[in-house]
Amino acid sequence: MSEVVLEVSDITKAFPGVVALDRVSFDIRAGEVHALVGENGAGKSTLMKVLAGLYQPDGGEIVYQGQPTKVAGPLDARQKGILLIHQELSLSPELSVAENIYLGAWPCNRFGVLKKRELYSNATRALEALGCGFGPHARVGTLSVAMQQMVEIARAEAFSANVVIFDEPTASLTDTERDQLFHTIRGLKKRGVGIVYISHKMDEIFDITDRITVLRDGQVQGTVDTRDTDLNRITRMMIGRTLDTYFVKAKPEFGAEVLRVEGLSRAGLFEDVSFSVREGEVLGLYGLVGAGRSEVVETVFGVRKADRGTLWWKGAEIDLPTPRKAIDMGMALVPESRKEQGLVLLMGGRENTSLPHLKLFSEVSVMNRAREMGVFEKYRSALSIKTTGPDQAVSQLSGGNQQKFVLAKWLCADPKLIILDEPTRGIDVGSKSAIHELIAELAERGLAVIVISSEMPEVLGVSHRVLAMSEGEVVAEFEGDALTEENLIDAVSHHRQDVAAE
Amino acid sequence: MSDIGAARSGTVGGTALSWLLRNHIWVFLALTLIVFSLSSPYFLTVNNFGNILTQGAFIGILAVGMTLVMIDGEIDLSVGAVLALASALAIGLQDHMGVLPAILLALLSGAALGFLNGALVAYSGMHSFIVTLGALIGIRGLVFVYTGEDALMVQDFSYTELPEIYLGPISLTAIIFFGLALFFQWVLSSTRHGRETYAVGDNIEAAHDAGINVKRHKIINFTLCGTLAAVCGILLSMRLGTAEPNAGRIWELWTIIAVVLGGTRLQGGFGSMWMTIGGVLTLAVLRNGLRQLNTPNYVELMVMGAVLILALALDKVLNRREAGP
Repeated sequence: MSEVVLEVSDITKAFPGVVALDRVSFDIRAGEVHALVGENGAGKSTLMKVLAGLYQPDGGEIVYQGQPTKVAGPLDARQKGILLIHQELSLSPELSVAENIYLGAWPCNRFGVLKKRELYSNATRALEALGCGFGPHARVGTLSVAMQQMVEIARAEAFSANVVIFDEPTASLTDTERDQLFHTIRGLKKRGVGIVYISHKMDEIFDITDRITVLRDGQVQGTVDTRDTDLNRITRMMIGRTLDTYFVKAKPEFGAEVLRVEGLSRAGLFEDVSFSVREGEVLGLYGLVGAGRSEVVETVFGVRKADRGTLWWKGAEIDLPTPRKAIDMGMALVPESRKEQGLVLLMGGRENTSLPHLKLFSEVSVMNRAREMGVFEKYRSALSIKTTGPDQAVSQLSGGNQQKFVLAKWLCADPKLIILDEPTRGIDVGSKSAIHELIAELAERGLAVIVISSEMPEVLGVSHRVLAMSEGEVVAEFEGDALTEENLIDAVSHHRQDVAAE
Repeated sequence: MSDIGAARSGTVGGTALSWLLRNHIWVFLALTLIVFSLSSPYFLTVNNFGNILTQGAFIGILAVGMTLVMIDGEIDLSVGAVLALASALAIGLQDHMGVLPAILLALLSGAALGFLNGALVAYSGMHSFIVTLGALIGIRGLVFVYTGEDALMVQDFSYTELPEIYLGPISLTAIIFFGLALFFQWVLSSTRHGRETYAVGDNIEAAHDAGINVKRHKIINFTLCGTLAAVCGILLSMRLGTAEPNAGRIWELWTIIAVVLGGTRLQGGFGSMWMTIGGVLTLAVLRNGLRQLNTPNYVELMVMGAVLILALALDKVLNRREAGP
């Protein structure tokens, strides 16, 4: 058993109205990857901010390398060798790679003049140790997200970090990039760095971590060795119930065809895509990031243009719509990035809900506040949205509740077809199952539903039928008993190999 | 956003071209020079260029400070008023205490007001637009109180000869502008403070997490901006021999136009003194060239407005291309 590099005991941190951490104790050993899991609001991010010096704990002790330690601030943490790699990367896009690695701690003489040669040679060494394919002079803004993440990880080399905390590091990476990241993490581990790995993605946690600590409501539920446990047990520790209740599938009672797409093509994005969806049916679109799933539905909704293709809406051939026409016909698209596309964050739930259908709520352009309130209350209770009132800014709500408002805003126009793009990305397990239940309920009420997801269990769990997409093409279609992980993986991976072989 | 993982080209192919894309103002400047050279016989003369540099240098010195503040993601609307106050103090006080102490006090007033702006922005959390808008009005009022609503005249005219130093056709004022611009370009590119400026303007949370004292940093840049406004005011008082209470009125707007024209972004994190020099010179060439053509004042304003919007549109187009699809 390797030595403990960082140990926290009985850490408590309270904010007005909430105890975010309640006597939390856990430890990180040198050379291990230690997962920190829990629903949103369980205290993971507070704990990590305490470790990185962004918050000061109200009570408890941090022992670092055998010494009781106070982490005074983020720079102090970094200089001590504790490095936090944020989900929202903590970089300045206009500065160079080297300047970002040493952000705020640039080597300077005593007049504050940069020692550029030292800066760039040190940075080069850190980048080479990680095997990065870019140099220290590149402007960070020109790098891909994965490369930018490597710049942050290079800080671990530059500051000889002993503890590196990863917060949802794969949230915006492709699968290849994730593999590279895992390779890097294993390299850090080999050199004796203790790693804290925070993620919602259970497959990753079982892939890369050695131990798992589960937090719930600010308390540690337990720490277990990864190889001695399974998903079911971890989930139970996280939410206090088992995985069996996790997915609800709508009763397969299908009505008439709502939408049919034939031969939809757009150069460079997708090729010859055909599918149809019926009333009461949940159609899953599965594929890896970059497979063209979002692009296809955005084209159907009229956000993007197509080169070729035919659409039938309730049996009648139609032109490719504009988004306005699509909404008027009865289509709804709930986009993937709700912060960027789905919600006006400073508005309250009431205004967000009515936003796409202001006509329904107004007389000669004057808003009918009472009607708006009625709809808000209806969906607040129907979707059990936790909000203090109709005007609480949605930016203050949790991811799950935000997503429910996004759904509410589309549901109140009474659509015939609703397209959900990654409906549960980045939200906690409890809200996830609420959204899965809602999908089933919508289908049972006779809506046609299209669900896009890169989480295989989710696609399989909620859909009646699944299209597998790869490299812009629909490569397979499964339903009934054929809906299995193996089939989906086979379809997608074989196709990728074929493409690579060509 | 599914293409978020797709790599944006990181190669440094065509460094010169990419420098030009980011500093397109120099292309713009070359174009205006060509147009005016062809349309006015008096434009392309050494003498006129000396004039352009001197005329541009006043806005230029303000623009150097403004650039620092704007890369920080802030704005300082009070520079014109600070300029007027420094100019009034430099002239008004010299009869009582001598020229040098008066100049030092004028400088100090600029530094103090800049510090006050910075401290208010950093500690109150108010937007600098509001803080310095208040400062603009308040300080202008103070100038009227101090001058008694009349222009102050110098008694000793040797004061007006102080800036009469020339390097060929280039006046001392222009030399000071270029000196300051080059010095602060060096500060931006080669010192901790300069790197902090970009980091704070670009991603303030990252800067804070990296242990940068964001509040102190912003106060320093506002103080520098105020001090440079005072430098400008003192030079103006030397050149004119008087201190008008209305001196520098709407110069803050010309300054912002020059900086933005150069390519420095209002939202912060991006810009350089090279860009600002380009913006200042372009503005000066435009004003001078239009006057050479005897353009009526209101037409001049219309042209300047159009140029500003055109330059920003160009910036949008070029940077969209640079950022990829």
